[in-house]
Amino acid sequence: MSTLSRDDVAHLASLARIALSDAELDRMCGELDVILDAVATVQQAPTEGVEPMSHPMPLTNVTRPDEVKPSLTAGEALSGAPEAESDRFSVPRILDED
Amino acid sequence: MNHDITRASAAELADALGRKEISAVEVTQAHLDRIAAVDGAVHSYLHVDAHGALEAAREVDDRRAAGDDELHVMAGVPIAVKDVMTTKGLPTTCGSRILEGWIPPYDATLVTKLRAAGMPILGKTNMDEFAMGSSTEHSAYGPSRNPWDLDRIPGGSGGGSSSVIASFQAPLAIGTDTGGSIRQPAAVTGTVGTKPTYGGVSRYGLVALASSLDQAGPCARTVLDTALLHAVIGGYDPRDSTSIHAPVPQVVRAAQRADVSGMRIGVVKQLTGEGYQAGVQQRFDEAVALLVDAGAQVVEVDCPNFQYALAAYYLILPSEASSNLAKFDAMRYGLRVGPDGIPDPSAEQVMAASRDAGFGDEVKRRIILGTYALSSGYYDAYYGQAQKVRRLIAQDFDRAFAQADVLVSPTAPTTAFRVGEKLDDVMAMYLNDVATIPANLAGIPGMSVPSGLAPEDGLPTGLQILAPAMADDRLYAVGAALERALHAKWGGPLLANAPELPTAATKEA
Repeated sequence: MSTLSRDDVAHLASLARIALSDAELDRMCGELDVILDAVATVQQAPTEGVEPMSHPMPLTNVTRPDEVKPSLTAGEALSGAPEAESDRFSVPRILDED
Repeated sequence: MNHDITRASAAELADALGRKEISAVEVTQAHLDRIAAVDGAVHSYLHVDAHGALEAAREVDDRRAAGDDELHVMAGVPIAVKDVMTTKGLPTTCGSRILEGWIPPYDATLVTKLRAAGMPILGKTNMDEFAMGSSTEHSAYGPSRNPWDLDRIPGGSGGGSSSVIASFQAPLAIGTDTGGSIRQPAAVTGTVGTKPTYGGVSRYGLVALASSLDQAGPCARTVLDTALLHAVIGGYDPRDSTSIHAPVPQVVRAAQRADVSGMRIGVVKQLTGEGYQAGVQQRFDEAVALLVDAGAQVVEVDCPNFQYALAAYYLILPSEASSNLAKFDAMRYGLRVGPDGIPDPSAEQVMAASRDAGFGDEVKRRIILGTYALSSGYYDAYYGQAQKVRRLIAQDFDRAFAQADVLVSPTAPTTAFRVGEKLDDVMAMYLNDVATIPANLAGIPGMSVPSGLAPEDGLPTGLQILAPAMADDRLYAVGAALERALHAKWGGPLLANAPELPTAATKEA
């Protein structure tokens, strides 16, 4: 059965943008292994030749008329922003300094 | 009508309001008084909106006094809404710290429909964080309690919505069901709850957990009340691309008729017997016998792939959740905290620190599990395989519905467990949903109705009814027939046997 190392979990957490503490990492390794063991039973199901099903309703290209409808004002859209400036979301720096 | 307004059914309230025997303000105030008296002990609500509810009630009374004949039949009947539905001007936290204090700038479509029907919104109900759980113990704001025994869980994730109606703090509530979060809480609190057909109720404004599984639906104390609420919130919504473009099934008429004569009822072999508490199984068997007395035929159906449903679900759900919860990035709304000891942190560092501070353990577990299941090299073995199992389960249902008009099973394997009992055993917690998950995977409708009290612990048990997609009306026909037979047997509703709750006034004394 698959086991996740502490490094694996740290890597997954970084992909998921969650800065886990050392204590959280230690705890989560064991918990995830238990869950992974249980969910790995899907590999025993008789799935040869079975089409994957992603959704209960097989829909493609749901479209609507291209019409302007009322939507949120800038003020409403920004109402929950941690920081806003000049009618825009204000975010921390997105580039490294050098 | 019942003399105590809070004990009346929604149908009775609607009737009395329509005949001007009571006012909407009286009805709303009675529930606000009940909330003040008992919610300290039950903790169903995360937020109570006394002002807004009374204002909405007053408007209904004014319109009725003015002879407005366009008032909805449910106008003035108050409701509680699960905190995963956006409500303009009212906090919406999803039971998470990451959304603490967030006030959405828009209403979910079903909230718009409640407001249009003149139904005062009493407040927002507690839930496991982002609907991940079966007990409300994963709420960042503390668990709700089961009104039958305050040391026990009210189910989850919709334990706020189940306990709120079981403790008479609202006649109706909105729930959402991704793997059983309406039905399992209903079962363990002696109430009724329906997960409609996927696409039967708009998901616009439902903060997504797993988009291909999530479905909002009605919670109430009687089958008819549940149908009345279903009819208010159901129907096509152009804002939800997966919304079904068809009329809402005739759920109210089916509940009123309560007719199962000639109906073929399938007992799912894989969802009974081993793994089910003795009293849960006993009450289920007795309920099936009552349906036979009412004219139904019983057949046993085989769904061999259901044994893989739990595993498939706990791959599909975390995969979709890891994607859906990526929007909580500390940039546009929600919590933003900086990492410790880093001057001038980057957006990515702020995002990672905020998500660590804002998400609880269960949410982090599932996001990381989903990230793993979707990562290259593991996709085929996990997510891809789970999608094939999903197809097998849908095919099992197709075969079963060729033999039976509806399927039945116990809703949950046990009665309500004690707060804390399963918190450290993740898989034991996940097993609560073993009977409810297959319906979400296939997109079909399901309902839980009370089937009695387990003899060994005196706690409520539930019977689950499942129907083919868009045949939601069958749930109500069977549910109402069973309810009628059981009420006759018990001499009244099950909740009449629930213990009196300690009230704020008696606690002080």
